[in-house]
Amino acid sequence: MLEIKNLRVAVGGKEILKGINLKVNAGEVHAVMGPNGSGKSTLAQVLAGHPAYQVLEGEVLYQGQNLLEMAPEDRAKEGVFMAFQYPVEIPGVSNAYFLRSAYNEIRRHRGLEELDAMEFLKLLRQKMKLMNTDESLISRPVNEGFSGGEKKKNEIFQMAVLEPKLAILDETDSGLDIDALKVVAAGVNNLRRPENATVLITHYQRLLNYITPDFVHVLVDGRIVRSGGKELALELEDKGYDWVKDKNAALVGA
Amino acid sequence: MVITDEKIELQNPAPEVGVEELVDKEYKYGFYTDIETDKAPRGLSEEIIRFISAKKNEPEFMLEWRLKAFRNWVKMAKEEGQPRWANIHYPEIDYQNIIYYAAPKKKPQLGSLDEVEPELLKTFEKLGIPLEEQKMLTGVAVDAVFDSVSVATTFKAKLAELGIIFCSFSEAVQNHPELVKKYLGTVVPPNDNFFAALNSAVFTDGSFCYVPKGVRCPMELSTYFRINAADTGQFERTLIIADEGAYVSYMEGCTAPIRDTNQLHAAVVELIALEGATVKYATIQNWYAGDKEGKGGIFNFVTKRGKCLGKNSKISWTQVETGAAITWKYPSVILEGENSIGEFYSVAVTNNYQQADTGTKMIHFGKNTKSTIVSKGISAGHGNNTYRGLVKMQPRAKGARNYTQCDSLLIGDQCSANTFPYIEVQNSSASAEHEASTSRISEDQIFYCKQRGLNTENAISMVVNGFCKEVFRELPMEFAVEATKLLSVSLDGSVG
Repeated sequence: MLEIKNLRVAVGGKEILKGINLKVNAGEVHAVMGPNGSGKSTLAQVLAGHPAYQVLEGEVLYQGQNLLEMAPEDRAKEGVFMAFQYPVEIPGVSNAYFLRSAYNEIRRHRGLEELDAMEFLKLLRQKMKLMNTDESLISRPVNEGFSGGEKKKNEIFQMAVLEPKLAILDETDSGLDIDALKVVAAGVNNLRRPENATVLITHYQRLLNYITPDFVHVLVDGRIVRSGGKELALELEDKGYDWVKDKNAALVGA
Repeated sequence: MVITDEKIELQNPAPEVGVEELVDKEYKYGFYTDIETDKAPRGLSEEIIRFISAKKNEPEFMLEWRLKAFRNWVKMAKEEGQPRWANIHYPEIDYQNIIYYAAPKKKPQLGSLDEVEPELLKTFEKLGIPLEEQKMLTGVAVDAVFDSVSVATTFKAKLAELGIIFCSFSEAVQNHPELVKKYLGTVVPPNDNFFAALNSAVFTDGSFCYVPKGVRCPMELSTYFRINAADTGQFERTLIIADEGAYVSYMEGCTAPIRDTNQLHAAVVELIALEGATVKYATIQNWYAGDKEGKGGIFNFVTKRGKCLGKNSKISWTQVETGAAITWKYPSVILEGENSIGEFYSVAVTNNYQQADTGTKMIHFGKNTKSTIVSKGISAGHGNNTYRGLVKMQPRAKGARNYTQCDSLLIGDQCSANTFPYIEVQNSSASAEHEASTSRISEDQIFYCKQRGLNTENAISMVVNGFCKEVFRELPMEFAVEATKLLSVSLDGSVG
């Protein structure tokens, strides 16, 4: 579904990603882990299409299409969803209205009829039950006055409503306590399907106790230095990122 | 053209004066004019005032009223010059270089819409303006089938059954002079300010409405027919009176950008609500704002004021100001009657090089009077947006209350927003609350919306409309929809 070939990305003139290669198939969950500054968020933002990042080299194929040539909103309409690390607030715009607008854009793109307010409300209620979300959420303005945990949960809720094909979760676990973490993880697990895929970007192994990845990749200094199965995450937890760095240096250096 | 049950077209002003009468007047005043002419010669003098009054066949009292106002204006001009206290910058206006009277109906000048600037047509499309209306707005000849006069006649008949008078101001001077005499200038006296004085001397036309005791006007009154908006004069005069227990809701303006060779627009609107009556007045203004550097745009200097004369009366102003090079106006309410209510809801947008100094005055005289002010200012480009508000509680205003909420939204980093609230409370039991906020539309907000499938235009529109929600809620529904579209058109290109 997603194929990243030799991707090099800079921001503000500084090269952050130095040649990323990654392949994600439908039905898979990939975890991308790494120390601070390794380029994890850059990867997420570039896939989402944030204008601040310059692609220096490489290509990204999403469902066979050239993703990097698509505008962010078009990527979204094709089913790419990013759960932001720092979700912004949109005062005066209710979650319901925001989601309905987004939902209908995607429906229109697929040639389907848009849902009116009543029909959409029904859908929202279904999803709230599924995600165990509080009803009061729908009428509140998007993220306004939300605590950090509430914002992250709202991201996952939006994901549940928009049903993306490729979900990129940018450090969704940062700033969450154990309970919130469990809720978020349950949400993500609930949405797992053979037709969709998830890229989980995380710093800590903890989230992976609740969301079992199929593959784990370690990102260090803009490159994926190790890939493996879920056991790799446990090794990292045990030995730390330095272990990977050293091992990598040994392989590359000598 | 979208004609719903609720729109009324103004009739033409009074018919031209007969030849002999005019010749007579000429000799009397030593002033010669070609009666065939469509326009008065440039300049402002007592002769021009008399010319205007004669052209309109006005009764003596009206001419005298104009002349008194004119003499006052000349005095003001000599002693104080043009008022310069507002937070706006404009070049000196040469009052002698203006034509103060021109015949109302413009003949079609273009063969088809193909001859109209593509930019203008694009804007019309975005606002959803039907093709026939686009033609009228740009002076393209229209099919004969399209007849709006008969529509207007039907509605006037309906209103007449209820005793409601709704006609042009000129007609009212002819047919209802006693009402005009009674109320004209009672809310905005001719010497109130420089531009009101000028307007009182040279006003050409406007709307007049009188709703009798206990009558609820069954439809939204509006001069919303875009053709009329296109023909709107520089110095409009409007007077609306709601008698005891009456209700009227009036809408003026147009989302379509109107160009006019006249740069200065100085209207005066007076609203009067007697005991238990309600007057709602909504404005959507999108006058031509000039080119991207703001050159050639319209100056919108307006005096609007309502008086809650009677107990338990209510006057509410709602405005969406997106056009004009400069907007300078303070729709206000004088709260005399006990328990009367004044409201002001405003969205003012300044983009490119537009300037706005707008706000309201709520003057509480009576006991337990209440006022609400919600002002939303949006600045983009190099726009300069100022809110200026006065809340005054006079000594007798026992238990009077005001709530003011003043929010600014800045888009980009070249624009500015200013707030000048004036609060004067002279009664110890009165209270005034003021809340203010300033925020920005960030690129992050736009990107967030985009990542959910919305394009830039829709994203800005959504964020801005969330910001303006409280004001748009006060508009008649069809205008709320148009206002939303208008806002996104006005902010086109503001987040690059």
